[in-house]
Amino acid sequence: MESNLSTRDKTWLGLAAIPIIIYSIIPIIWMLSLSLKPSGDLADGKFFPRHVSWTNYALILTGGAKDLFLPALANSVVVCLSATVISVVLATFAAYAIARLDFPGKKLILTTALAVSIFPVISLVTPIYNLWRAIGLFDTQIGLIIPYLSLTLPISIWTLSAFFKQIPWEMEQAAQVDGATSWQAFRKVIIPLATPGVFTTAIISFFIAWNDFVFAISLTSERARTVPAALAFFTGASQFEQPTGAICAAAVIVTIPVVVLVLFFQRRIVAGLTSGAVKG
Amino acid sequence: MTSLAEDAGHEASPQAHRARKAALSDRARAERALGWRLAGPAFVIMLAVTAYPILNALWLSLFNYRLTDPNARSFVLLQNYVVILTDGLWWTAVGITVAITLITVVVEFVLGMALAMVMNKIVIPRRTLRTVILVPYAIITVVSAFAWKYAFAVDSGFANHWLHTLTFGAFPLTYDWFGGTWSSLAIICLSEIWKTTPFMSLLLLAGLAQVDSALDEAAKVDGATFWQRLYKVTLPNMKAAIMVALLFRTLDAFRIFDNVFIMTGGSQNTSTVSLVAYNQTISRAEIGMGSAVSVLLFLIVVGICVVFVKAFKVDLAQVKGD
Repeated sequence: MESNLSTRDKTWLGLAAIPIIIYSIIPIIWMLSLSLKPSGDLADGKFFPRHVSWTNYALILTGGAKDLFLPALANSVVVCLSATVISVVLATFAAYAIARLDFPGKKLILTTALAVSIFPVISLVTPIYNLWRAIGLFDTQIGLIIPYLSLTLPISIWTLSAFFKQIPWEMEQAAQVDGATSWQAFRKVIIPLATPGVFTTAIISFFIAWNDFVFAISLTSERARTVPAALAFFTGASQFEQPTGAICAAAVIVTIPVVVLVLFFQRRIVAGLTSGAVKG
Repeated sequence: MTSLAEDAGHEASPQAHRARKAALSDRARAERALGWRLAGPAFVIMLAVTAYPILNALWLSLFNYRLTDPNARSFVLLQNYVVILTDGLWWTAVGITVAITLITVVVEFVLGMALAMVMNKIVIPRRTLRTVILVPYAIITVVSAFAWKYAFAVDSGFANHWLHTLTFGAFPLTYDWFGGTWSSLAIICLSEIWKTTPFMSLLLLAGLAQVDSALDEAAKVDGATFWQRLYKVTLPNMKAAIMVALLFRTLDAFRIFDNVFIMTGGSQNTSTVSLVAYNQTISRAEIGMGSAVSVLLFLIVVGICVVFVKAFKVDLAQVKGD
């Protein structure tokens, strides 16, 4: 298909990519430049900083806002990784059964996953808030991990089922015919084929958990607060100072890991995002 | 790859056939049991974290129940619903949410389609483009909200300065975007659109890739213009992908919360349905009222789904890869 394009069309398409790329990264560059502006320059109306200053980063990593940001970062990492690992493990079992075994209720499981994934999150907040207050899970990491499963589990089941359906499972038997034991066949043939799908699913789940704000501000007050929620409640170094620079520095720090993941695993993430939604 | 996957499917089906014929052999029964043992935990947890809370909300919504005064809890049947549905604020929130949903989904579809078409054909920075487009998807919504809020804020922003320069001084430098309902909504929508268009365009790209390019070529040979080919060939052939993308984005846009919370906190009449639910429950500790709002929001989302599935004939089971 591409070969049909003339050089002129290729050039035009190449030029069209420039505004798209600018569009995609402009708010990130803006956050970065805002975070590097010294507080006196915040209101200078310039896109790029005139002087580079690291005071905002110092403030949240070692300075006065350290106790707000660092625990939130730790909470985010623990809660999101736990929710991701739990849902990917559970979804791997479920997706294996859906792709490989013949049992009634496959469709029910997939439909339930779909229904859960379109569920309005805020509708879960009131009853869970009430229940957590009653049983003491309010403002705890576990109290966030459990509702996060409603975000990460359905997408994991969908994505992994789609991945597993594409695995040539009969290669396992082929390996056994060639003299491999069942364990060898599983370890040397199936695991390498399944790992990329599991890994991609984990990345997508992690993004979704990492992004959550609704549960985080509703179900925590201080101890279990994650980064997105902490950002919303940041205060300035003093009562009269806006927390703009500190928020931007914190935002940049939590954005770096996801951008790195995207850069490294772009192809897989795209495959995972679309395989669950559109038959490809 | 595809042919192998199909082979696997064929291999499974005679087994299923036999199982049905011979009133479940031991092997088939064992397979069923294993299937549920493997998939059961995930299934039960999904129900536990959604079905249970929403049923609980349905029950709580029938009470006048304030967390700060639990002893005064009393059964009021549908009174909470009556209070909400006769309140002008609720309908304002519904109107705002519908407006945000319509604006963002339409813009995202047009932009997403354009992006998908460029990504589908592009040769030179193909990989770079597909990587960069994922950046907004991966950014935390709250971060996006802060970025756009600060960009348009009077004190720290650059947007007013740029607009001022672009209009040769006609645009006031001190224009307060967050001082009015519609200008606030414009920025809220901008952030929402920026963040979610890439996801839309990836879904559309997957649909676009399945359209047989020979059809497009044939129409081109017959002298059809670009727009004719788009409307008569490309779009009808990727209808299923479009509908799924629109449904998902509509449901997602209707639950909008993060952007509004960060940018205006619901001031200037920009409160959305989700924000109303949050305020009732968390800010005012009105569990009964908050539950009623939650149930109403849930019903609206179900309603949107039903409309899409019935009116637009979106076959989710088919398109969603089963």
